[in-house]
Amino acid sequence: MKDALRHRELTLNMGPQHPATHGVLRLVLEIDGETVVKCTPYVGYLHRGTEKLCEHRTYLSALPLMDRLDYISSMANDVGYCVAVERLFGIEPPQRAKFIRSMVCEMTRISSHILWLGTHALDIGAMTVFLYAFREREWIMDLFEMLCGARLTVSYPRIGGVRNDVSQEFLDSLYDFCEEFPSRIEEYETLIDQNRIWLQRTKGIGVISAEEAVNWGFTGPTLRGSGVDYDVRKYFPYDAYDQVEFDVPVGKEGDVYARYRCRMEELRQSVRIIKQCIEKLPKGPIMAPDAPKFTLPPKDKVLKDMEAMIHHFVMLTKGPITAPVGEIYSSVEVPKGELGFYIVSDGSGRPYRLRLRSPSFVHVSALPRLCVGSLVADVIANIGTIDVVLGECDR
Amino acid sequence: MIDIVRLHIGELAFNIIIILVKTAIVFGVAMLHVAYATYFERKVIGHMQVRLGPMRVGYHGLLQPIADGLKAFFKEDIIPSGADRPVFVVAPLIAMFATISSLSVIPFFDGFVIADINVGLLYIFAMSSLGAYGIVMAGWASNSKFSFLGGLRSSAQVVSYEIAMGLSLVGVMLMAGSLNLSEIVKAQQGYWHGMFLIPQFIAFFIFTVGMFAETNRAPFDLPEAESELVAGYFVEYSGMRFAFFFLAEYVGMIVMSSISVICFWGGWTLPLFLVNALPFLGEIPGIVIFMLKLYFHIFLFYWVRATLPRYRYDQLMSLGWKVLIPLALVNIVVTSVVKFFL
Repeated sequence: MKDALRHRELTLNMGPQHPATHGVLRLVLEIDGETVVKCTPYVGYLHRGTEKLCEHRTYLSALPLMDRLDYISSMANDVGYCVAVERLFGIEPPQRAKFIRSMVCEMTRISSHILWLGTHALDIGAMTVFLYAFREREWIMDLFEMLCGARLTVSYPRIGGVRNDVSQEFLDSLYDFCEEFPSRIEEYETLIDQNRIWLQRTKGIGVISAEEAVNWGFTGPTLRGSGVDYDVRKYFPYDAYDQVEFDVPVGKEGDVYARYRCRMEELRQSVRIIKQCIEKLPKGPIMAPDAPKFTLPPKDKVLKDMEAMIHHFVMLTKGPITAPVGEIYSSVEVPKGELGFYIVSDGSGRPYRLRLRSPSFVHVSALPRLCVGSLVADVIANIGTIDVVLGECDR
Repeated sequence: MIDIVRLHIGELAFNIIIILVKTAIVFGVAMLHVAYATYFERKVIGHMQVRLGPMRVGYHGLLQPIADGLKAFFKEDIIPSGADRPVFVVAPLIAMFATISSLSVIPFFDGFVIADINVGLLYIFAMSSLGAYGIVMAGWASNSKFSFLGGLRSSAQVVSYEIAMGLSLVGVMLMAGSLNLSEIVKAQQGYWHGMFLIPQFIAFFIFTVGMFAETNRAPFDLPEAESELVAGYFVEYSGMRFAFFFLAEYVGMIVMSSISVICFWGGWTLPLFLVNALPFLGEIPGIVIFMLKLYFHIFLFYWVRATLPRYRYDQLMSLGWKVLIPLALVNIVVTSVVKFFL
């Protein structure tokens, strides 16, 4: 009799195939009615062993793997990796390359944030925002294609610079985009910003205080929504971020709505940065002169010139032989937060160890803290608000 | 001709034949409307979302609903091994028949109604409550936690919003003095405004909100909340059984829109002052006026779906119980007092 009346929670397995778990995140929820009593995230469904693979690749050939971490913001990951290797080797990329990199990073931020906005809104039920957001994302993808021929996995930055120079045509199109995009942001905001249902679904949901957010290791807009003014671009500037003006939007309440507002403001700041980069773009080379070991010789020379062919062969098989022994931690601000690269070099052409500090992993680990006590519908809002990409989380 | 037939087969048999013919007409037209309601939903929402909607099958995708119907018909019928088989099979039929039978009391134009019963409005409510059983049973029988949650949400939602909706229509009943839907339309002709929409605007607001909740449409599509419960109560259904639920939802939309047209928009009639001012309006057949009003309501369903996010379960409940039901009660009191003193 006693056993029959025993109160037991319902275990709900959400994911890895679920429309709102953004890839292959799996949450095992224990629910009492609709209230979440326990939430356990399971990660690793997209584990590809990126860190281990890097140990067997030269510094240059590890670059395409970085595209596939957070596949929504591949450009920012590439830049992060290049900055880390440059700091290890002591290479200083030329000014023009720095500005181009900052420019493409911000384009990535826009594309990542509007994808986040679209999917987050779709999870909460506002379907139209999703398609509006994808319209602009398509525009950025077209610009990427114009820049380097690839849309998603770009591999455009290089250690010591960028792969190819930007054309005037590209800069003009990008400037047109920057002129047009703020009005598009307003369009998204018209749909949801003051919408009562949206406010009810996001305000006071997934609240986390500034102190707690820091303790959990939050970074990026997820942290700034709680009111902590931390941005790698401001505090540890890389590339051209110390030469452009921008604000770091900070929220106050630390709820889903505050994080939403932070990301929306970041979109505007990104446009501001891109405009400045276009205006200030200096003339000059795009690859550092002291990084010949990372620059492949031109293909026509490889086929005809002995020296170039040897150079090409050595580069792709052994990697740079002059790698300094040592270790370095370098981080950049990707759209999701702080993406850190910890590289240990033993003097060979390959990293002895490459460790990634991925913001998504940290944010996923805090999901139980955000979800327990809320309703099933809030779990969806919380997954959306931390903006995870499982490629980066599982590595 | 008709009189000769009537004489030959007798009054009763003649009436039965008339009812059968009417049923066939209403059923056929309603099914056609359901098919093309799905098409227009995709087109309307598509254009609202800067895309085109179906374009491939036929001219501008006009044959898409037929292709969809064929596909549903030929799809494998999967019943999960853990499912409660009889309940699983019966659930979609209950959902579908409950909504389709609501069509029988709706007067589409003057004199055209299959069953002109005196408690038409009550009958509609009874049937839509019955439809909720189909959903609850589907949720339970699928033996899936997602459908179970969907079924639970649906029962809670339908129970709460049925009350608000029923109470909102009490104001209309008071003004019309009847529960017969044809009588309600005729009663509206007696007033200068010609539609209860104007004096009963609170009731209309409550009814419209309730209408969305009752048909499980956005922003109240919690039982089938795509991003939370995948597809809610019909997550395990496939093929024709899934199509039955789909059918039930769209017929439900048509029924609810018809009720709104009849109770608040003057049914197949136009306000008298409008007809007096523009006499040619009097020449328009009633069915056209009715259908145009109905299409507007269906469009409203799509429009709202493309615009609004989804409510959360507890917010939906508090909206229903704390806002709509008290408001409906206030409306009843005000209507009664006004009616008593005027």
